[in-house]
Amino acid sequence: MSTTVDRADGANSPDSSAPAPAPRATGKGVPLAYAGSGLMTASALMSWCYDPDVLGDLTLYGNPAPVQLTMLVLGLLGLVLAMSAKGPLRRLGAGLDTSRGAFRLGLGAVAYMALTLAAITAQAGGLVNADPGAWVALVGSLVLVVAGRLGVSRPSRNIGAMRAKGWVEILVLVALVAIALLLVADGLTLRDPWAFVLLLLGVGAAAAGLAGANAFTWLGVTASYHSRVLTLAAFVAAFAFPLTQNGSDANMSIATQVIIFSATALGLNIVVGLAGLLDLGYIAFLGAGAYVGAILSGSAFATIDWQPPFLVTVIIGALFSALLGLIIGSPTLRVSGDYLAIVTLAFGEIFRLAMFNLDGNNGPKITNGPNGIPAIPELNFFGFDFGVTHHLFGIPITRFSNYYLLLLCVIALIIVIFSNLNNSRIGRGWVAIREDEKAADAMGVNVFGLKLLAFAGGAFLAGLAGTIKAHHDVSVTPDQYQFLESAFLLAAVVLGGMGTVGGVLLGAVVLKLLPEKLRFFSEYRLLIFGLLLVLMMRFRPEGLVASKRRKLEFHEDDEHLADKVQTIHLEEKTS
Amino acid sequence: MSTAVAHDTGAPDAPSGRDVLLEARGVVMRFGGLTAVDDVDLTVREGEIVGLIGPNGAGKTTFFNCLTGLYKPTEGEVRLSGTVLPPKPGRVVRAGMSRTFQNIRLFANMTALENVMVGRYCRTKAGAFDSILRTPRFRREEAQTRERAQELLDYVGLGRSTELLARNMPYGDQRRLEIARALATDPKVLLLDEPTAGMNPQETADAERLIFKIRDSGLAVVVIEHDMRFIFNLCDRVLCLVRGKTLIEGTPGEVQSDPRVIEAYIGTGDGTEPDDPDDIDAKIEAQVEAREAREGGRG
Repeated sequence: MSTTVDRADGANSPDSSAPAPAPRATGKGVPLAYAGSGLMTASALMSWCYDPDVLGDLTLYGNPAPVQLTMLVLGLLGLVLAMSAKGPLRRLGAGLDTSRGAFRLGLGAVAYMALTLAAITAQAGGLVNADPGAWVALVGSLVLVVAGRLGVSRPSRNIGAMRAKGWVEILVLVALVAIALLLVADGLTLRDPWAFVLLLLGVGAAAAGLAGANAFTWLGVTASYHSRVLTLAAFVAAFAFPLTQNGSDANMSIATQVIIFSATALGLNIVVGLAGLLDLGYIAFLGAGAYVGAILSGSAFATIDWQPPFLVTVIIGALFSALLGLIIGSPTLRVSGDYLAIVTLAFGEIFRLAMFNLDGNNGPKITNGPNGIPAIPELNFFGFDFGVTHHLFGIPITRFSNYYLLLLCVIALIIVIFSNLNNSRIGRGWVAIREDEKAADAMGVNVFGLKLLAFAGGAFLAGLAGTIKAHHDVSVTPDQYQFLESAFLLAAVVLGGMGTVGGVLLGAVVLKLLPEKLRFFSEYRLLIFGLLLVLMMRFRPEGLVASKRRKLEFHEDDEHLADKVQTIHLEEKTS
Repeated sequence: MSTAVAHDTGAPDAPSGRDVLLEARGVVMRFGGLTAVDDVDLTVREGEIVGLIGPNGAGKTTFFNCLTGLYKPTEGEVRLSGTVLPPKPGRVVRAGMSRTFQNIRLFANMTALENVMVGRYCRTKAGAFDSILRTPRFRREEAQTRERAQELLDYVGLGRSTELLARNMPYGDQRRLEIARALATDPKVLLLDEPTAGMNPQETADAERLIFKIRDSGLAVVVIEHDMRFIFNLCDRVLCLVRGKTLIEGTPGEVQSDPRVIEAYIGTGDGTEPDDPDDIDAKIEAQVEAREAREGGRG
């Protein structure tokens, strides 16, 4: 990163008046930071435990197990922070708040070691089983916390305005995507819940440290410069994921569910994130698509004896869903806010109950009531059977991998639709309505038409995903489409960041993946997600990934703009 | 023109010969038992600046809302270039009449450029499919929209604030941005509701220059304003509303010297001042809110 060049001094950095090229090392904590991260790094090469059965084998010297590798990475990160405060990486340090970074990284590492020691205590029967290595790691982490508290260095420059050479930036992004893929592939193979939670905690500690040091600000700006490269890399990684699974279906089944959930959340993101319409019954549109897919699938239990080609079914399902959206939307979109939420909530329940009762006794026999439509045959595209394992270069592509790859194409389509709509006249109209409906109306924005378009468009995409979900799930029953699912979709959108693609994908992955992987905590998942949402609203209301509009506040790539913002802030202060 | 005052003959540059653009006849707006606007006529010709004055609560903004379709007038009709305007804001804008708001209503979390681009919405056509498929038509239109929006920002003097979020802009700039947004709809008539409220003298002078520039480009402008010096400098004709009724209409000179206007503003001194204006405002507000609640949140 020695190639960083400076474009403009940021208006937000604390002392932009004195643009010193080097970080302002407050110094006192620097030696401690070196010592702490050095200890952490070294500890990874020591034995942590007498018992070889705990958390993989932690007993060996010089041969770190995965749990210790995580600590190694954290230690190296700490070293990087220390070196950018005072050492070979000083130029990098000009933009980094290494004090805060070291403090948070240290705290994360302390939590990591606390849990590791807890695991050793619980599994090996007592804290006495912990070897010196574990204690060294804990002490190192604590030292790093102290170092951060004492102060390592403060940024002298706005990191968002620091740019490296194009290829360096791209390389960093691609490397990060690759690391993410490896982490996911690796993390999913962990069967031991302790190890899985530890991995999460480790990733969290690293993220906390980097975020504390403002590195994510740089990452956000850089990612927006190279958004195409990043998207491409993410998709290549996603397509490569089945190849890492070596024929195992366990993780692929979770992955397909995550993707279906993400695709639906992206559809909801149009309605909630762009047009600002609160829809609490969105799952019904996914259900409508799934029922159409099931009824037209040729299943022995289907009530209509017509099996069109699957592409036709997809279109029918999506259009049927959109039609439902229009029917429910045209009378209700005249109300807004709370009223709309209540109406859509009721609609979701009406859908579920209708599917429950169209069983031949209470109404026409269409859905088989609570039994649903089972035995939906596998998809078959031009002789490509989705139900059997295929081989690509000798690597087995299993049933779930087939669906995964198809769904990946669908989600790519949805992302294209979403972002193209967002960056257009239509998207601007939506945002205008969300900002001030009356003003939008007075400026000639077709408020009602655009709301209806958002509603129907979102329903269309959900219906599209639903038709595939029917085949993937093999059976469709009413109880899959409860209110709780709508609430989770909404939570994914809000948690991830309304109006963004990356954020919502991240939110969907977090909300769907964690409960699947952490079965033992599934009883508490509502409790934990509730808590999580409350905390998010308190500390980061814009979601995990802030939308472009939020980012604009921090993004000053021209000096005039920065000056202007600064004078405005000054004016605000004086007035 | 039911008022007896001959308003067109006085001023030398009163453009009486030009075409009538905006014509409101007998506009009445009642909220329950309260008549906020009572039989008001207004005629605006091409290239004219008309001022609308009156004490607080006289019904000026309500009259604007009737003109632009935000309210459906109880009685009367509004014509633009001879065609009757339906009381739908979107249709009014498309017909060629655009407005700004008394309390600035920008899209706060959009940039200045985006705000103006939203103003182009009613003059562009690209639909959902064009947008998704990025058709040549979409690209062309999008480029034109962007270019026109930038032009308008330059025109009102905000050419360098393009990428600022509207809510981060200084107050005076926000007012100008609102004018740019209104101009983006290609109006024939521009309605400005207190364009200089809260401005310092320098900004007021700038606003005056801007409004003259807009007039010179061929638009008709109607201005609500409390700053009398500003309004008498600016306008070709002034209409004074008091308690919803037209008190007098005429040249700035005539209106300025009319004792009734002075009386309406400062009272006669014998205790027969107009009702507490704030009270009337509050009443209207309450009525409108009640009605909106009944109609389910849409005004």
